[in-house]
Amino acid sequence: MGAGLSEIVFEGVTRRFSLPKGGEFLAIDHIDLRVEEKEFVAIVGPSGCGKTTLMRMAAGLDFPTEGRVLVGGAEVRGPGPERAVVFQQFALLPWKTVRENIGFGLMCKATPKAEADAAIAHYVSLMGLSGHEDSFPHQLSGGMQQRVAIARAYVMQPAALLMDEPFGALDAQTRIVMQEELVRLARRNPRTVIFITHAVDEAIYLADRVVVMGRKPGRIIETIDIRPLRAAGTWEALPIEEVMDTPDFTHMRSRIWKLLKAREQERPASP
Amino acid sequence: MTKRHNRNFLGPAGTSLSRGEFWTLTIAGFTLFFAIWSGVAASGWLPPNLLPSPLVVWDTLARLWHQPFAGHVYAEHQLASIRRFLMGWAIAVGIGIPLGLLMGWYRILDEIVTPLFDAIRFVAPLAWVPLAALWFGTGIGGPLLIIFVGSFAPCVISAYRGARLVETRFVEAAQTLGASSRQIMAHVLIPGALPSIIAGLRVSAGLGWQSLVGSELIVVGAGLGYLMVQGQGNLNTSVVIAGMIGIGVVGFAIDVALRAVERAFNRKWGQA
Repeated sequence: MGAGLSEIVFEGVTRRFSLPKGGEFLAIDHIDLRVEEKEFVAIVGPSGCGKTTLMRMAAGLDFPTEGRVLVGGAEVRGPGPERAVVFQQFALLPWKTVRENIGFGLMCKATPKAEADAAIAHYVSLMGLSGHEDSFPHQLSGGMQQRVAIARAYVMQPAALLMDEPFGALDAQTRIVMQEELVRLARRNPRTVIFITHAVDEAIYLADRVVVMGRKPGRIIETIDIRPLRAAGTWEALPIEEVMDTPDFTHMRSRIWKLLKAREQERPASP
Repeated sequence: MTKRHNRNFLGPAGTSLSRGEFWTLTIAGFTLFFAIWSGVAASGWLPPNLLPSPLVVWDTLARLWHQPFAGHVYAEHQLASIRRFLMGWAIAVGIGIPLGLLMGWYRILDEIVTPLFDAIRFVAPLAWVPLAALWFGTGIGGPLLIIFVGSFAPCVISAYRGARLVETRFVEAAQTLGASSRQIMAHVLIPGALPSIIAGLRVSAGLGWQSLVGSELIVVGAGLGYLMVQGQGNLNTSVVIAGMIGIGVVGFAIDVALRAVERAFNRKWGQA
């Protein structure tokens, strides 16, 4: 079997940044990771572990110093609409309405108007944005803005979705609502997803697999398959707060926390 | 660009004036100015032909309105100046804004143009008068060059700065959605730079209009500056002052118009 259309593969990826005062910073050190077709992988780790850099390399917004990043078997050479990105700070264009923001990618590839309008309308209603089509982003709450950003990514029918702490800027209540909605959307419309977060709960709840990263240098500590857990439990049927209270879930959460903590402690104290 | 129009005077910082208070103070300022002018003129400190009283200047203005001076009536001089300004400014805007945007987008262009530009922009518009006269003569070309030189720099700088200040995440978001360079220019850089560009248009119009008198020093024919130079030649101080008033009034009108554009723009897109 050949590479899936949207399989994302990191092959011995290393990324060094040169520092302004001279010298180099090793952000990512020899990472190998394979995200299967339609698999939802969450990457957790402390700030500075290179998780965002990893996502940016899959998006084609950054490039490895060594190694290769392949999407669907082809090396990534730049950004493209088949790999949609949801940014932490939403990155909606402030001078465009909700409708224009969601339709931006469709406009870029000159999708016929009727077809684009139908697709936009579909995601507007799916993301609960009806009635806000003509609002500008600054007129919406953070949660609503992120819905627009997610709709803007999904409407492209991308092979892969890359999300960089998409809920990081939201308050706790909104965050929970969005997590449930994302699960609903992901089950209904499965895609290859890389989801960056530093919230362990979120990673376990959303992902098929959780990749735990440590920093200085950024390396993968462990990769944990969540699917057996989800299959054993009745997560789909329960509200998120109850899922997060099941023994399986709390056990998994403390296991990941221990990994992160152990890694931070064995790290030499000097910078 | 946020609260520039809230003028804070003597009160503690943050107290702003009501519209009525604002106009009262504005009128008080003008009244005081004209009172001092009249007082000094009446004191006989300076001979009346060097400092005519405001009333004499008013009379002169009224006379210039009907009677041609230096070949034309006042409104014709004004129109000639406005037309000359608009042409020079339009050329500066038409070249400066695109150049600034391109400099903000293409690093190489930035590196090439910026040092050159930094060196040239310290040569004041007035210092271009001799060169402008030699190159383009005193017809239409010379004055246009001087107005162009006066308003070009703020056009380039505002567009450049605006494009540079467009947040990277907007450009990256557009790229990941498949936007081409042209689409990024049209849908991200230009709208993102627009607040800065509009502010730059105001500054450049002001500087261009100020360069006008310099340009009209070399004009033969018509214009407010030309009127003033002729007034000076005839030792007619009130004509000189009448010309200055015209320059002030038109300059102020241009600024008011562009401020209205700026406000309308901010209302539409908010301060996102």
